[in-house]
Amino acid sequence: MSAIVDGIDSTIGYADDRLSSAGFLKRNLKKVFPDHWSFMLGEIALYSFIILLISGVYLTLFFKPSMTEVVYNGSYTILKGVKMSEAFASTLNISFDVRGGLLMRQIHHWAALFFIASISVHMCRVFFTGAFRKPRELNWVVGTLLLITGILEGFAGYSLPDDLLSGTGLRIAEGIVQATPILGTYVSFLLFGGPFPGNDFIARLYTVHVLLVPGLILALITAHLMMVWYQKHTQFPGPGRTEKNVVGYPLMPVYMAKAGGFFFVVFGITTLLSALVTINPVWMYGPYVPDQVTAGSQPDFYIGWLDGAVRLMPNWEINLWHHYTLSLNIMIPAMIIPGLLFTGIALFPWLESWVTGDKRVHHILDRPRNAPTRTALGVGTIAFYGMLWLSGGNDIIATTFTIPFNTITWVLRFAIFIVPPLAFIVTRRFCVSLQRRDHDKLLHGRETGRILRHPSGEFTEIHASISDAERAVIMSKQDIIPIASPLASDAHGVRNPAGVIGRVRAGLSRFYYGPNIALPTAAELEAAATHLEHEAHSAVPVIEREARLEVTGGGGVLRDPGPDGQSGHNH
Amino acid sequence: MNAIAANRRHPAAAYVVLLLALVSVGALYAALATPSRAATAIGSSTQVDQGKSLFAEGCSSCHGLNAQGSGVGPSLIGVGAAAVDFQVGTGRMPLAQQGAQAVRKASIYSDTERAALAAYVASLAPGPEIPSASMVDAANADLARGGELFRTNCAQCHNFAGRGGALTNGKMAPSLMNATPTQIYEAMITGPESMPKFGDGTMPVQDKQDIINYVHNLQNSPNQGGAALGRLGPVTEGLILWTVGLGLLIAAAAWIGAKAR
Ligand code: HEC
Ligand code: HEC
Ligand code: HEM
Repeated sequence: MSAIVDGIDSTIGYADDRLSSAGFLKRNLKKVFPDHWSFMLGEIALYSFIILLISGVYLTLFFKPSMTEVVYNGSYTILKGVKMSEAFASTLNISFDVRGGLLMRQIHHWAALFFIASISVHMCRVFFTGAFRKPRELNWVVGTLLLITGILEGFAGYSLPDDLLSGTGLRIAEGIVQATPILGTYVSFLLFGGPFPGNDFIARLYTVHVLLVPGLILALITAHLMMVWYQKHTQFPGPGRTEKNVVGYPLMPVYMAKAGGFFFVVFGITTLLSALVTINPVWMYGPYVPDQVTAGSQPDFYIGWLDGAVRLMPNWEINLWHHYTLSLNIMIPAMIIPGLLFTGIALFPWLESWVTGDKRVHHILDRPRNAPTRTALGVGTIAFYGMLWLSGGNDIIATTFTIPFNTITWVLRFAIFIVPPLAFIVTRRFCVSLQRRDHDKLLHGRETGRILRHPSGEFTEIHASISDAERAVIMSKQDIIPIASPLASDAHGVRNPAGVIGRVRAGLSRFYYGPNIALPTAAELEAAATHLEHEAHSAVPVIEREARLEVTGGGGVLRDPGPDGQSGHNH
Repeated sequence: MNAIAANRRHPAAAYVVLLLALVSVGALYAALATPSRAATAIGSSTQVDQGKSLFAEGCSSCHGLNAQGSGVGPSLIGVGAAAVDFQVGTGRMPLAQQGAQAVRKASIYSDTERAALAAYVASLAPGPEIPSASMVDAANADLARGGELFRTNCAQCHNFAGRGGALTNGKMAPSLMNATPTQIYEAMITGPESMPKFGDGTMPVQDKQDIINYVHNLQNSPNQGGAALGRLGPVTEGLILWTVGLGLLIAAAAWIGAKAR
């Protein structure tokens, strides 16, 4: 036994003498991580990516990215003798003739959905808590790029099998490329190596899918994690948590054990889902043939909103000089909307700090209610995205709920302009109400649910002061004064050249901070504390007396035997 | 949603349906003008008589006493026995309520009554016959070819797995999961509502048999990859992901987070 220990010791010693790694490890293994569950959303994304790498490598062993036409002769009899591309045939082969192949395909595809869904939810967490603020703006941009590359990678992936559904998707992608002003047709020709579908595209897409984009994602993830490492985690407000510390568990052993365990949980759940639920049954779609299409052709969910935008868009085109078409019907939903959305998301940290004038460093997270306008913007954007999702599934909704398809489209054409602003207004009000409640809690304590009846017949509820932990959380709110509008002209009457932009900025700032319930002042808090103490104090005799009351007179009469058990008066 | 349902019963809807029906009857008549294919199926005179009285009772209110059509229902002259067998056998006729289109429901007529109604309508003018058992027999059918034909001719409306799909203005191509081989054949030769007609000229009998065999397979085939989620594609997959999948993962994250405390 001790020989083994000695062996290990000397090995470690050998390594340390040469790598002098002990110091590095000691410093870094004590790194502290906070423990809120929402910090694990990013981990789900990371683990899904690892699962994608593992399962993807397995698939490359059997997948043939080739458009060469073959006649299928595998064990799925329903497609026997059908002409198809080698890509499709090899996907069928993976599904039906490779050991564990179908499970691997399903793991790969479900993990892809998990990857992008968890990135999205992780992003929401970062957004709503203001974790993107200084000094983490750049990491927010890296995150946005990860979302975009993830979406591209997913699209490239599900287009590889060359089945009827994905072929239809590529056809639409081709249409979008062609709608690019001036360059469209040329770019499309270059991409597909001739007219659609051509013979080159799947092979090119394969390189993109297994090499180019995964490499990019890996690089981005590395950058992302290194920044998290050096900047340390943000944390939710709470007692003992300041801008200068991180409260949580050390990397070794607690965090490592938890993270390692969580990887297996994620892998387990992905595998369970993949074993039980079909995803992308390409054998049912059949091979891609340009003149075929199926009802209900939808992309995966992460493209669904773009498909929805295209479905929602009226068929507007501008015809210039009779031979040049500007396809607004495609450009607006498939280029302008995602372009604006992703640009807005990527630049949000700077946009916000420009409007708020907040240039401070933040390590303590905002509670969403304390940034009502930001929270409302987020919910409004989610509502917008949700409308596009609904539109993307309009035909499935139509058949499932027997609602006319045209009605859904028209309702959504209005809803896309009405629902997001409505969601914005409601959320902002809701946040302000929560702030008001916090404010009340500080001043009047929490309601105990104990109703007292005073001798005078009056009813009151006893309030107690809130716990220190809760107080620390509520007091984390930072009240900021909106930026003042610059003077239109100086004392000599000279026009201020920065005046217009400055006034716009001040207006936005007022809008951003407009609804705010400021924290009570120190004096108010002190007065409140005294009052609460007094209230608790005055309630004591009443509580004691209530507890003494006895039922007499056959249940109809309450009697107070008095403080010393002597008889008091009846009620 | 109620408002929408109410709109479908808008008085104008009936005229739209009527117009469409008239056009389709006209097209049907033109297509059936070639006598070689317009085989008549006139049953025994007692069967026709029985059909006539059943028709007067259950159908004439909309289709007119002599099936000549009325403001509510199209003329049935020349639609043939197959159309009646299909419409009555799938429960679409008698029409229960005016909607965007007739829906499948349990048939209220027995097999003999249905045959009588078909014989009566067929006696009025030649039209497509009810296919014989050997015509819908899929014993010699080619499944893979049926799949290709199905994807080329039917999937754009009925979805790749025959689960149905939406058409414009509240119409839809129904799921094919309950259709019998005869009904599939009849649907193809009569082209109900917005469905095109697949006459023997455009689609030989052998092709029809291949398709019937493929639809039969869709109705009974196992789901190789696990639960099929209605075979509706990425919409239901996404729904499961965001509810069950992500729900499980977040629950696990919350559990691990809670354990630390
Ligand atoms: C409430 C009115 C109504 C009643 C009752 C009714 N039908 Fe119809 N029928 C229609 C309408 C409207 C259409 C055309 C639209 C459609 O097919 O849904 C139609 C269509 C048909 C067609 C299809 C015609 C074609 O061009 O292919 C047949 C066959 C038919 N009916 C037979 C019958 C029979 C047989 C009965 C009696 C058992 C009957 N209908 C009862 C209203 C009615
Ligand atoms: C343009 C769209 C369209 C195409 C293409 C189409 N159908 Fe249909 N199909 C319909 C519609 C609409 C109905 C419903 C008609 C009604 O309710 O009167 C229908 C009804 C049917 C039914 C009756 C289903 C039931 O259970 O009652 C069958 C069977 C059918 N179609 C088979 C086929 C086959 C097989 C093909 C391909 C050869 C095909 N359809 C092509 C639109 C289509
Ligand atoms: C973020 C990373 C990735 C995402 C989002 C992703 C997504 C996808 C998707 C959705 C499919 C379609 C699967 C299906 O048939 O249903 C796919 C196919 C495929 N992926 Fe990936 N993938 C990723 C990384 C990788 C990597 C790293 C590799 C290999 C090294 C890989 C190899 C493959 C192969 C070979 C296929 C085609 C085989 C098939 O479709 O069955 N993928 N990918």
